[in-house]
Amino acid sequence: MALPIFPPTEDPGPDFASLLRRSGLPARHGDVPIPVRHATTVVALRFADGVVMAGDRRATEGHAIAHREMEKVFPADRFSAVAIAGAAGFAVEMVRLFQVQLEHYEKVEGVSLSLEGKANQLAQMVRQHLPLAMQGLAVVPLFAGFDLRRRIGRIFTYDVTGGHYEEADFQATGSGGRDARTTIKLGFKDGLSRDDAVELAVQALYEAADEDSGTGGPDLVRGIYPLVAVVTEDGYSTVPEAEVAERFAALIERRQTEYRLRGTVTHGGGEPT
Amino acid sequence: MTMPFYVAPEQVMKDRAEYAQKGIARGRSLVATLFADGILIVADNPSHSLHKISEIYDRIAFAGVGKYNEYDQLRVAGVRHADTKGFTFSREDVDARSLANLYAQFLGNVFTHEMKPLEVEILVAELGADGRSDQLYHIAYEGTITDENRFAVLGGDAETIAERVAAGWSGTAALPDALRATVTALGGPGRSLGPGDLEVAVLSRRNGRRTFRRISEEEISAVLSSEEPTGNAPSRQEPVAGSDAEAASSSTDDGAAGDGSEPDPPK
Repeated sequence: MALPIFPPTEDPGPDFASLLRRSGLPARHGDVPIPVRHATTVVALRFADGVVMAGDRRATEGHAIAHREMEKVFPADRFSAVAIAGAAGFAVEMVRLFQVQLEHYEKVEGVSLSLEGKANQLAQMVRQHLPLAMQGLAVVPLFAGFDLRRRIGRIFTYDVTGGHYEEADFQATGSGGRDARTTIKLGFKDGLSRDDAVELAVQALYEAADEDSGTGGPDLVRGIYPLVAVVTEDGYSTVPEAEVAERFAALIERRQTEYRLRGTVTHGGGEPT
Repeated sequence: MTMPFYVAPEQVMKDRAEYAQKGIARGRSLVATLFADGILIVADNPSHSLHKISEIYDRIAFAGVGKYNEYDQLRVAGVRHADTKGFTFSREDVDARSLANLYAQFLGNVFTHEMKPLEVEILVAELGADGRSDQLYHIAYEGTITDENRFAVLGGDAETIAERVAAGWSGTAALPDALRATVTALGGPGRSLGPGDLEVAVLSRRNGRRTFRRISEEEISAVLSSEEPTGNAPSRQEPVAGSDAEAASSSTDDGAAGDGSEPDPPK
């Protein structure tokens, strides 16, 4: 590999994707793997100190489960997180490019992009993906982060055309997004504490998994739980798996008790399989 | 029709070297040294926004002296090279040696083929991992590359500064001690450098995936104002140690999911 030095008129600046094109490297690969894995329910909601983002772990191929431990929530950089729903291969590749893009910009320019700038950057990537989305391989990310200038958590949603919209309080996408969104809507209050926000995200994923076959619930047998991340002014951090497991265990127990009181026969507490 | 004068190649090279050396000697110097947690780079630089020291990749830092626009172009090329390589292959495959060689080739080429040599001297530092030791590659304006074991001095007054650094050098010093010793050596007997004159950064093993961190002016002044030679002023050292640990915990999180596709990226 030669040292990438460009004449001033062809210089790609701090844009990593454009650098890849100028270096003759494809930013993504053209051949389409079929059958495609479709990823599933991801949620984001604001709370007093920032945002909580969570996603289930199931990847499916048609009606079969392709992967049980897939991660759909990623740190985009220190102060933002991105979650993905859609064709898994493209989505993961998009996140990888997005992560490098943000770091690349920061190193070349010496300062980080604003949160708005990061959201726009991701929108451009989604838009470039539109031709493949038209063939049924859509990627729909969810972006959230802590805005260091406004000192608040912010959430951005996308559609397949790259349109992006800022959400006031919460959003969920993926095949189980509707159920998750309803759950959050019922439990959301302004200025939730971190614990309440994490609990609400856990409930939303539980309800989504309860209703949607494409969304994985807590896997008590293998000990696999949805991934929950928190972004505050201290940066991105994941909620420890033990805490997530505990919250799910408590939730399941509550549900079992409710069913028993109603005299309904339970089958494993309504846990989705 | 006029014939160009014949100039012996020796003379051409000598003139170019002299030209480059003069340009570099006008600039301020820079010292990179190993310390207990990694590599410390201290530059004599009164500017707060035009950096001499910067991050290239997770474990690689760049530093340059001489003409700003020239070494900054090299810095950007280095970031591009490293990010492209890490994206195409894997983050582990990005190493300082190959980057240093590319720089050396480029500088050597410019020196022999262009009208004007680059008036820069650069340093590529890499924090060792998996049993590999820390590396300091010092690359001169004509493309000569040297691999330093303990410390490297770049800039006009390199020899005298190197003598002073060597006199007080210890590879196992903690950050405050190493910083004080390096600043003293960089300034010399006639000149005392204050926090406002310095640009300081570390590649520290405590910093998680991205090991590069700039040391802020407040932290520098806290360290420099505690004059004790061996760190027995714990209250004063806390800013550095504390924020180092902080940075470590947060960037570990940063690295925890690190690179999208990898569940367990290199730390």
